[in-house]
Amino acid sequence: MSHPAPAGPVLEVDGVSVRFGALIAVNQVSLSVAHGQIVAIIGPNGAGKTTLLNAVSGFYHPYEGRIAFEGKDRTRLQPPDVAALGIARTFQNVALFKGMSVLDNIMTGRLLKMRGSFLLEALYWGPAKRQELEHRAFVERIIDFLEIQAIRKTPAGRLPYGLQKRVELARALAAEPKLLLLDEPMAGMNVEEKEDMCRVILDVNHEFGTTIALIEHDMGVVMDICDRVVVLDYGRKIADGPPAEVRKDQAVLDAYLGVAHA
Amino acid sequence: MLDVLHAVLVAPFKDMAGAPAFLVEVLIGGVFAGLMYSLLALGFVLIYKASGVFNFAQGVMVLFAALTLVGLLERGAPVVLALALTTVVMVGLAFAIERVVLRPLVNQPQIILFMATIGLNFFLEGFGEMAWGANVKKLDVGIPDHSFVVRGVQINSLELTAAVTAAVLVTLLALFFQKTRIGRALRAVADDHEAALSIGIPLKTIWVVVWSVAGVVAIVAGLMWGAKSGVQFSLSLIALKALPVLILGGFESVPGAIVGGLIIGVGEKLGEVYWGPLVGGAIENWFAYVLALAFLLVRPQGLFGEKIIERV
Repeated sequence: MSHPAPAGPVLEVDGVSVRFGALIAVNQVSLSVAHGQIVAIIGPNGAGKTTLLNAVSGFYHPYEGRIAFEGKDRTRLQPPDVAALGIARTFQNVALFKGMSVLDNIMTGRLLKMRGSFLLEALYWGPAKRQELEHRAFVERIIDFLEIQAIRKTPAGRLPYGLQKRVELARALAAEPKLLLLDEPMAGMNVEEKEDMCRVILDVNHEFGTTIALIEHDMGVVMDICDRVVVLDYGRKIADGPPAEVRKDQAVLDAYLGVAHA
Repeated sequence: MLDVLHAVLVAPFKDMAGAPAFLVEVLIGGVFAGLMYSLLALGFVLIYKASGVFNFAQGVMVLFAALTLVGLLERGAPVVLALALTTVVMVGLAFAIERVVLRPLVNQPQIILFMATIGLNFFLEGFGEMAWGANVKKLDVGIPDHSFVVRGVQINSLELTAAVTAAVLVTLLALFFQKTRIGRALRAVADDHEAALSIGIPLKTIWVVVWSVAGVVAIVAGLMWGAKSGVQFSLSLIALKALPVLILGGFESVPGAIVGGLIIGVGEKLGEVYWGPLVGGAIENWFAYVLALAFLLVRPQGLFGEKIIERV
């Protein structure tokens, strides 16, 4: 890679709890994600995985604990400010702009990178036009990368689910994020689509050096592509380590398979 | 039978060709009226674009702006100061609406936001009358109101001023909101709040900006319509005329609001003058709505609207 990795973790979650009334969805969870890693967050349904992701991207705010990004505290930021720091995300239920074309959807990912005078933009003239074309060229590269050239002009709402997930990933990549948060990127996909998505995630990690944290249910996928696995159960972290170790961990086995009450 | 066909399809055009100066006068009247409708429709379009919500309160915002302006003028404020203060009031209103009405409703279904604007409608109506009184007022900001003749065509200076102002404002806003970054951000916000937030669009800022601009459009609309027909409660009902314009042009299209307004303005004036006598007049009152009805049957998204996509 051309730029050296900065020292220290990209993301640091320290003793974070998120409460909804009396329900503690995430309970004093700590984890850190090092530069260039792919980290999976797994756990049974309702373990607090998505809630944790929402806390990192600013949709929820922790009741206690702190979250730091590149060493700076960002516990209380709002989602747009989090995005501005260089954290992009996808959603469990695909949040695309359904009426817009795939191309326009991905272009929205560039919004934070665009600058310029309102007047010039309005006239679509001079620097504003040049800027639009530059960003357009970048977006075309991502479209090539994800092999979705054929659907560029299709309204996103008309696409099948697997492709929508891919477009959502493209929009997140368009922001050139330092940290990419993926909420179940492979949910509802068949084996072939899953393999494609795995390859894409690994490629993103290798080619752009993007640090990735993802939530996934498919253990095979997790074991294959992740450097580290964090396991949550009932809002608590019960394991954290390389996939090979975590799969042998007794607490993890208990959480997934149930404890035998002899 | 032939007589009827002749009266409907031939005679009106003969009349037009027979008196071209009069035809031009009618057309100009239509364009003037159309631009005023566009101005009204524009307020709706802006808010619809940025939140996917039909702002039921837009008509009352026009009334409220006009009431505030008249109220300040009555208290002896000079025109420029009154306009500036009214702008401050409308921008303040936008901030208040974002804080009190919109922010707690982020991520709610759009019908909920629509209901909220109905509430806003009643609040502003009551509040405006409480603050400024309910009687009919004359709005005079010194726009000359007299007629002059250009090449045999009579033109009213007040209507001309209103039309030119509307045209300038509409063009500026169309340029401002069409292409590129801002337009795209607006459409994104209208489509999905959560996703818009996640790619770094500050929802609050966008909403305050859009409601402020809608407020300023309301001031201009209130000023022009108020100067024409006095400031009174019925001013909030002229917003009804914006509905067919929106259906024709498409709810999320600024150019649509302009073209829709012009078609309806010109159409109803021509209809009234040349075909009106055949049915005993009053075509002007229903023309817009019948046209809108026809559009709903044939092209429900309007001339420039986005096609409605629903996955099942």
